[in-house]
Amino acid sequence: MAELPERPKLAPGVRLHFDTTRQAWVLLGPERVIETEGPASDILRRCDGSRTVCEIIDELAVLYTADRAEIAVDVNDMLAELATKRMVV
Amino acid sequence: MSGSDARVEVPAPLGLLAELTHRCPLACPYCSNPLTLDDRADELDTTTWARVFREAAAMGVLQVHLSGGEPASRRDLVELVAAARDAGLYTNLITSAIGLDATRLVRLKEAGLDHVQLSLQDVEAESADHIAGYPGAHARKLAFAQSVRELGLALTVNTVIHRANIDRVAALVEMAASLSAGRVEIAHAQYYGWALRNRQALMPSREQVARAMAEMENIRPRYEGRLVIDLVVPDYYARRPKACMGGWGRRSLNVTPSGRVLPCHAAESIAGLEFWSVRDQPLAEIWRSSPAFQAFRGTEWMREPCRSCEMREIDYGGCRCQAMAIAGDAAATDPACELSPQHALMQMLAEQDASAASAAYAYRGRVARERPIAIPAR
Repeated sequence: MAELPERPKLAPGVRLHFDTTRQAWVLLGPERVIETEGPASDILRRCDGSRTVCEIIDELAVLYTADRAEIAVDVNDMLAELATKRMVV
Repeated sequence: MSGSDARVEVPAPLGLLAELTHRCPLACPYCSNPLTLDDRADELDTTTWARVFREAAAMGVLQVHLSGGEPASRRDLVELVAAARDAGLYTNLITSAIGLDATRLVRLKEAGLDHVQLSLQDVEAESADHIAGYPGAHARKLAFAQSVRELGLALTVNTVIHRANIDRVAALVEMAASLSAGRVEIAHAQYYGWALRNRQALMPSREQVARAMAEMENIRPRYEGRLVIDLVVPDYYARRPKACMGGWGRRSLNVTPSGRVLPCHAAESIAGLEFWSVRDQPLAEIWRSSPAFQAFRGTEWMREPCRSCEMREIDYGGCRCQAMAIAGDAAATDPACELSPQHALMQMLAEQDASAASAAYAYRGRVARERPIAIPAR
């Protein structure tokens, strides 16, 4: 797994797009289409290079009125995977 | 999903390959364009392409790959990128960099271009220029990559792999990294059209392929999180076929410079297929109902050994164009599959061609000349 960036942002050439045909948020990148589920798009929308991973977790915990520790696991896992795929830097 | 017909459910496509022109300053011997190239006079105009992009987006396409030939040969390239972005598409420019200066690159970025894919022929200029049939091309490509980096645009480097460069796959990956590419595509040549014609000059040996594949796996971890490495695997020495296009008429479609709509860029090598044109029909109707798309969609068209094979919805019987090229029958099992009756023949052809003494390239657009062009001595 690649190291998590402190203030993650979408990599150059990557953007979040609402797919009206499939009614889902998708992450579009070079030769890549990644369908997002559940809170993924809410996390990705906050990957703007200004928020820290901690701040993103805080906001998600409020948004979903969920346990912060659980949210933290989800956010870290997802961002680590996307960093490995170089969709997030 | 967009709809269905009587026979097979028709999924919504994800990608559109827009071959804006067949014109190209390069003449690579593995060019994916057909042997008979569309004339400039027959090319779709700006307005028609803009309509095609809107129709594609409306039917579920998310990404458009602006290709050719060399797409920069189109004077309206900036307008075309803007039209694709207006339609809501992710725009990927597949270019040789020749004819695309930094000024126009800035305008492309302003028009909303998402990603640039640059072809390199080799890591060494002399060899690269010989393969491209264009002296000086390699140096211009490196300068172009620098411009892409300075503009902060996303860059993929892609290289077609064959006998002349296969021993340098690791160096090619490293060169992509040094050019700040986020992704590199190492694509073993696929032998249809021009590559089929040049197979004797291009085919690597079994040992070269095995070595190159092992090398790729060795170096991959080194680039994790820094450079995405995508591999188009060689299949002449394979045991199972690749899922060509992710299945015929399932994920993507290709529009030729003059507007014919193909299930894959090589589909015109299959005799007897009827292709419809965007000049006559809406794109969605062509995708759903044109005979070429219906011909091999799903699994109903399959015969044995594909028909009862448990891999039939994983590899979709492999590549129809390769079945045509080797077995002489587009509905046959791809000979890359060890279950194909022509599998041994295909391997024999590969070994024969790989051991051929050095053969000269037949360069596209230049084959009629007595002496191809002034190419540097190797």
